[in-house]
Amino acid sequence: MAPLRAVRLILCGLVAACGLLVGVLAVSSHAQQGRIIDPDASAVNEQMLLEQSPRIEGRTVLVSEGAGVLMQPAGRTWRHFHQVLLPWTGAIVILGTILGLGLAYALIGRLRLTAGRSDTKVTRFTAFERLAHWLTATSFVLLALTGLNITFGKVLLLPLIGPEAFTTLSEIAKWVHNFVSFPFVLGLILIAALWMRDNIPRRVDIEWLKQGGGFVKSRHPVAGRFNAGEKLVFWLALAAGAAVAVSGYLLMFPFYVTDILGMQAAQVVHSVVAMLFIALIIGHIYIGTLGTEGAFEAMGTGSVDLNWAREHHALWLQDEIAKGHVSGLPPRSSTRPAE
Amino acid sequence: MARMKFLCDAERCIECNACVTACKNEHDVPWGINRRRVVTINDGKPGERSVSMACMHCTDPPCAAVCPVDCFYVTADAVVLHSKDLCIGCGYCFYACPFGAPQYPRVGNFGTRGKMDKCTYCAGGPEADGTMAEFEKYGANRLAEGKLPLCSEMCSTKSLLSGDGEIIAQIYKERVVKRGYGSGAWGWMTAYREQITV
Repeated sequence: MAPLRAVRLILCGLVAACGLLVGVLAVSSHAQQGRIIDPDASAVNEQMLLEQSPRIEGRTVLVSEGAGVLMQPAGRTWRHFHQVLLPWTGAIVILGTILGLGLAYALIGRLRLTAGRSDTKVTRFTAFERLAHWLTATSFVLLALTGLNITFGKVLLLPLIGPEAFTTLSEIAKWVHNFVSFPFVLGLILIAALWMRDNIPRRVDIEWLKQGGGFVKSRHPVAGRFNAGEKLVFWLALAAGAAVAVSGYLLMFPFYVTDILGMQAAQVVHSVVAMLFIALIIGHIYIGTLGTEGAFEAMGTGSVDLNWAREHHALWLQDEIAKGHVSGLPPRSSTRPAE
Repeated sequence: MARMKFLCDAERCIECNACVTACKNEHDVPWGINRRRVVTINDGKPGERSVSMACMHCTDPPCAAVCPVDCFYVTADAVVLHSKDLCIGCGYCFYACPFGAPQYPRVGNFGTRGKMDKCTYCAGGPEADGTMAEFEKYGANRLAEGKLPLCSEMCSTKSLLSGDGEIIAQIYKERVVKRGYGSGAWGWMTAYREQITV
């Protein structure tokens, strides 16, 4: 019976060993279950993503614009610009310009015609040129007022007329702003085509600026058809016009060509340039009306007094006389000095 | 009064889009307008995460600040709502919103936007609670009936939570403690200037 006993012993030993092995395995697998597997260790997290990029973007089944942008805290930066920087700097720039011009009027006053009026008129702007100017000018005033309403209306107008009336007004203003942009751009193109040649800077412009332009009463520096000041307004207006037109159409066709950051940037460019543009045009209006005697009729009726032309645009007058464009004065060879 | 908030537990979101569908259905939201959306980051890659996002009803809401006609208001429950009668559809709230919540129906020429539409936290608008006029403009007013937003109520994994900020933050904290991990409440830092710390 000894061999049988031995077999039994071995079997018992094997079973015990197996049991132990299973037990050990069970314990080790239990230990594995107990250890926490952190699925976030390899996953994206919000803070990390925001440190990498100002926006968190992903994929979405929705097809609407920008829906893939989960978060863009940069909106807070734009808010700061729109609520604080823009209204304050805008108000300072525009009111500062008005104040500066008021001071100029008080100190220098209106620039009178030194030689008084003559009987002769010189044609300065054709009917078509005036049409181009007034098309741009009317559009500009409408765009400026409706645009300023977006920035300042809430503070200045809303408390006065109440929310319902202000919404109606603002909605109309929005439509006017959108539609009037087209005649404005047309006007800019016409102005550019008509006057670009005469606005190319020349050497006399430097001398004109050195002599203090039109602001020094005693001096009348010579100028061609447009003096350096007018040329400055021309080029600044074209540049600002192009900038507001491009940024404006980006805003008008939201998300057609750009993303959220592009839209915010377009709004910043549009509003900043527009504020400066308004200040520039306020200056332009002052010089062309109150500031200079005999200037407004150039754009009003199209012709200016001979003495006005002589005092402000001597070189241009010489050319006009030489071409025989001035009635009452015979054409003669140009006595223009070499530049 | 409660301070209503949304909380999306990204560890639980399975991108089923039921919240999006529930919202559209509950409020009869027109085609092209999505008050809620699910965005998946690193889609198909290891460690991808899906987050359900809508208006977070921010503290000091940027949309309300930039609105040129002041059409927003905040309810006693801290829900950010707006008046479609006053909105002019300028789109500025979309530029300021950190979460892309405002939506605009396209009407008329160019890219002209209609009156803005966004998540109302199922709380309607300025019209009288539960009226047809309110429903047509803003959708259902569940909050007035004592119910929470349908998106979170429908959420099959209870990833999206809504309710008083302190209560849902507590639920989230308990989850994180129990399971041992959590990536935080997405958007809370931006919307409420606070994060849930466990």
